[in-house]
Amino acid sequence: MAGEIPLVDYLVLGDEPHLRASECTACGARFFDRRNACASCGGTDFREVRVPTDGEVRAFTIVSLAAPGIPVPFVAAVVDCDGTSVRGNIVGTEPTPENVRLGMKVRLTTFPIGVDGAGTEAVGFGFTPQEAN
Amino acid sequence: MAEDVWILGITMTKFGKHPDKDTMDLASEAARGALADAGVTMKDIGVLAAGNLMAANASVGQQLQKQIGQTGIPVYNVANACATGATALRTAIMSVKAGEADMGLAVGVEKLAGAGLLGGANRAKDADTWEPKGRVGAVAAVDGRIGTETMPGVFAQIGMQYMHEHPYEGAEFELFAKISEKNHAHSTLNPLAAYTKKMSLEQIMGDVMIAYPNTRPMCSANCDGAAAAVVVSDSKLRTLSQEQQRRAVKVSASVLTSDPWQEACQVLPDVNTLTRNAAATAYEAAGVGPEDLDLVELHDCFATAELVHYDNLGLCEPGGAVDFFNSGAPWRDGRLPVNVSGGLQSKGHPIAATGIANIWEICHHLRGEAGDRQIEGVRVGLAHVIGLGSACGVHILEKAA
Repeated sequence: MAGEIPLVDYLVLGDEPHLRASECTACGARFFDRRNACASCGGTDFREVRVPTDGEVRAFTIVSLAAPGIPVPFVAAVVDCDGTSVRGNIVGTEPTPENVRLGMKVRLTTFPIGVDGAGTEAVGFGFTPQEAN
Repeated sequence: MAEDVWILGITMTKFGKHPDKDTMDLASEAARGALADAGVTMKDIGVLAAGNLMAANASVGQQLQKQIGQTGIPVYNVANACATGATALRTAIMSVKAGEADMGLAVGVEKLAGAGLLGGANRAKDADTWEPKGRVGAVAAVDGRIGTETMPGVFAQIGMQYMHEHPYEGAEFELFAKISEKNHAHSTLNPLAAYTKKMSLEQIMGDVMIAYPNTRPMCSANCDGAAAAVVVSDSKLRTLSQEQQRRAVKVSASVLTSDPWQEACQVLPDVNTLTRNAAATAYEAAGVGPEDLDLVELHDCFATAELVHYDNLGLCEPGGAVDFFNSGAPWRDGRLPVNVSGGLQSKGHPIAATGIANIWEICHHLRGEAGDRQIEGVRVGLAHVIGLGSACGVHILEKAA
């Protein structure tokens, strides 16, 4: 078993997959990328925080034309995870305007993206509609 | 208090496909056109600001001088995403305001026909070995796997976000398509627009879907084009002819902002806050309010963008963009015509030219020279551009007293 690797380093795998953010200890601003300083207050001290896995769709589009090599259609969205905005695709439902709604409750999910030459599986994430939606 | 600055001459080329013209042909045509419109020559110009995005490292300003006049003046080559043209103009204005020159020339030029989808790169084959790279330690391309990088997709979400914050009972797709219907209808009166065909709502909604809710005609058209403006100080203007003074257009406000940090702004670009800030600063500087505007050209790079900017520019009550549109206000016969040029969706969007071309449109109406599409009685107009990344330019222009 060659193991797994997350698509991006802010995706934490394991028994309870979740996203983690870097939170500025001075002002609370959250970021997903490697930081030089805080864009909100200029602070340089950050702590890692766990982003809630449940959220609500705040904006979405159904991309039907993308750069070559990117499978379409897919739903790109901004999900509000209890105050932390996250970019991700909506998966697990047909990519049509009938199946995706603004305000829809969604939950983080992970899925394999592919296996490399060493047998390591890359794992990506998306958001899937919560049940009883 | 720095003295007022006026637009003395301004022009734009026809937007569209110009396979027989290179960047310099287009820039020269616009620059020489603006000089002729101003009644001056390169010898009168004390500063040149040249905007171009696709060849931002090519010293387009000096290349242009080598075609139309190497006078040794300072040149600023500027690039600021889709706000490049407005930034070039503002650079010339700042130079005049600072007293470094009494006359300046700003040019924006772009060769963009056939550029295709902007934003996002072709996805390469995944590496043979997963290796985290970049600021998020990605082992593979994320465009399409974690949201979208494409411009139509980003701006679609910006429009949809507005619909979430201001719930609308009607059909959102149809609403956005109607905005596009307006701009395509307006374009039929603009001979310099890239596309001048009226399109029915059915045609727009039935066209190729790019990024829901934006179909192809709801997206700005990549095309070639250039625009240029000559700006002059108030004291210099007073030494010029009566005719030059009569046609001069007052720059009541020239504002540039970038996006201040907001929650989510690094997840989905926030084109709202910096536009609101620019508008507030511009209204304050000009001593006017949105209720004083007679004409607006705003950055409708996508139909979904136009809606949010009604609100951002204060053209409607807060949260009232849909009602504003549905009232018919932004149609050319409405209370506050918006994008009578046809907007970026029909006129086209040669990136660096856009931020001067929209000012050309306003000036044309202020001067009473807009021909068939003249909006009567225009005294105050506003031109707005957004460059993703982000930069926002807002200019308020007024008729000579």
